[in-house]
Amino acid sequence: MSNKPGGVIGWVDSRLPVIEFWEAHLSKYYAPKNFNFFYFFGSLALLVLVLQIVTGIFLTMHYKPDAELAFASVEFIMRDVEWGWLIRYMHSTGASAFFVVVYLHMLRGLMYGSFKEPRELIWIFGMLIYVCLMAEAFMGYLLPWGQMSYWGAQVIVNLFGTVPIVGDELALWIRGDYVVSDATLNRFFALHVIAVPIVLLGLVVAHIAALHTVGSNNPDGVEIKKNKGPDGIPVDGIPFHPYYTVKDVVGVVVFLFIFALVVFFAPEMGGYFLEHANFEPANPLATPEHIAPVWYFTPFYTVLRAIPDPFMGVVAMGAAVMILFFLPWIDKNKVRSIRYRSFLYKVNLAVFLVAFVWLGYLGVQPVTPMASQMALRLSEIYFLFFIILGIYSTQRSVGYYLGWFVALTAIITVYDFARNNEDIASLTWSTWIIPVAYMFVTLALAAFTNLDQDKEVPERVTA
Amino acid sequence: MKKLGHLICVVAFLAASHTWAAGGSEPVFHMTPDVGNQKSLQRGAAYFMNYCLSCHSAEFSRYKRVADDLGISEENMIEYMIFTGRKYGETMTVAMTAEQGKEWFGAAPPDLSVRARARGADWIYSFLKSFYVDLSTYRGINNKMLPGTSMPHVLWELQGYQVLNEEYEAMDKSDLESLGPGYTQLNQELENNQAVDEDESIPGSDDHSPFILAVEGKMTPEEYDQAARDIVNFMVYMAEPAQLSRKTIGTGVLFFLAALFVLAYFMKREYWKDVH
Repeated sequence: MSNKPGGVIGWVDSRLPVIEFWEAHLSKYYAPKNFNFFYFFGSLALLVLVLQIVTGIFLTMHYKPDAELAFASVEFIMRDVEWGWLIRYMHSTGASAFFVVVYLHMLRGLMYGSFKEPRELIWIFGMLIYVCLMAEAFMGYLLPWGQMSYWGAQVIVNLFGTVPIVGDELALWIRGDYVVSDATLNRFFALHVIAVPIVLLGLVVAHIAALHTVGSNNPDGVEIKKNKGPDGIPVDGIPFHPYYTVKDVVGVVVFLFIFALVVFFAPEMGGYFLEHANFEPANPLATPEHIAPVWYFTPFYTVLRAIPDPFMGVVAMGAAVMILFFLPWIDKNKVRSIRYRSFLYKVNLAVFLVAFVWLGYLGVQPVTPMASQMALRLSEIYFLFFIILGIYSTQRSVGYYLGWFVALTAIITVYDFARNNEDIASLTWSTWIIPVAYMFVTLALAAFTNLDQDKEVPERVTA
Repeated sequence: MKKLGHLICVVAFLAASHTWAAGGSEPVFHMTPDVGNQKSLQRGAAYFMNYCLSCHSAEFSRYKRVADDLGISEENMIEYMIFTGRKYGETMTVAMTAEQGKEWFGAAPPDLSVRARARGADWIYSFLKSFYVDLSTYRGINNKMLPGTSMPHVLWELQGYQVLNEEYEAMDKSDLESLGPGYTQLNQELENNQAVDEDESIPGSDDHSPFILAVEGKMTPEEYDQAARDIVNFMVYMAEPAQLSRKTIGTGVLFFLAALFVLAYFMKREYWKDVH
């Protein structure tokens, strides 16, 4: 910056480093040139965040956080407020869209090893955002004050009641009453519109600041900063602006197209985005026949239901979320990208994804003996995935693989003996094959074949 | 072999489980609501105002909005459809309070504003068609969709009275005779033998109606079905008035975004042509 700009920008810049900021984060922030489809979801998450905040502001202008008035005020927005239905559908669809985008964003991180050294903090901030988002969505879902709002909140808050000793006090403290009531609605409203969004925004800033400190990963998992030209600019890097701003605009338009399809043509999304039972006002005296959380919580809800003991179920559910925080210290394999990981790594990841989606599916279904067996088996796979991911951190000896195979099979079998009873015996032992087959493929095959061999990582990014 | 059977169960589980619905009474009849049919919506509104909106309220819906959306003139609305003493611009509430409803009927009649979104069109359509004579109940009438309902069969003069197929034979016919002059002969054709609308069969179930029309009403079964469809159409509209314009606006938005996509795509290509 040899010659300082004049005019308004110059005036401002000599008082606030706007040009420096612009260059550091946009025009001279070098991103790898080989971003693919999965790299749209970061900027899309930011877009949805803005959409949610803007539509949320307009909703609060008409919404009434009062147990007597809440349901009616939502219908008032849907009917009597100009464009109120659009604002509301954008907000309700936005909630689901947020999770779609964030799940794909997380999958990207998982696939390309974006959580690995030196990006651990980015991953941690991202996970904190995800947890905040779950809290935000959960509390927002109470606000329409429909039957599912009410009973969903009742069920989730009761989970805190399963904590030994302090549980009841804790649940009481959260609700502010002995049941979900006006007091709960008021505090959830406050948390939903002020507290959590502020924390979310702060975390997003931290997430991006940490990202811009170490730079973006890419589908090859190659560190572009290791290959700098004579000008000190990464050879495989391109300035974020204009290259990725114009590219992200394309992503944004495609996203908005799909978003508009839902908002205008299927805002209920068959009862998955807006549940049918939620068009019935909250009634503390009538429990709905089937309480299902919104789809984005269902994988974890299924883990909860898979364990008969309530408190252990809550622990398992919490662990299912918390374990993701530790990903950088579980998968220590030097190869970042799935492109250069072993065949068995890909199998492991694929099985995990199927299990996650299936767990989500089971969460919206009523409980049957078969469904709860599957819930348990898929939960086992969910956790086993991380153990195997850790084992795959490096190539192991035959004995190491087999030792783990025997040990894990033994644990599962012992647990099956412990929980088994006459009623479920045949289901228990026929589904026993599921986790064992999974471990056979990922561990025994790793021991006896070279399918566990990672590939050579290129020096530079490809294509 | 038993284990193998269970293994197959595991595989078949995904495919099968969507049929295990959430419980409750599954709709007996099926209809596809059509809120684009304005004549049907108008008739439905008229039935609704006449027969439903004295016990049930629709407190989120406004007369004026209904009139505007359905092409009903203000004069006609005020003259022929407002029986609640409310004003044209006001919401469709009723004089009966929830407490009175509970006292008089045993349960407060629910507000019907968004009922169609909570229950679904099929359910309401089936409910309207599923009242039958059941002398074991207090009111002498029951409903297959909501057994033990405290709602009387308010549309009886239109539909007449139905009886469950399996109970018809054993019934004391003098009981039916006492229900009105429309009592028809024992060998009357089953309702399902008459021309049944294509629309009405639920896939996977037989389309045999579980009812026999035992006492004729003012309407033929076909006319009554149409009236029930009109009411449901109206209730589906009323549950979300915005749907009349939602898709039209959405189409415009999609066209705009499609055009924007072309611009964005070529802009991206232009910028990126020097990246190799």
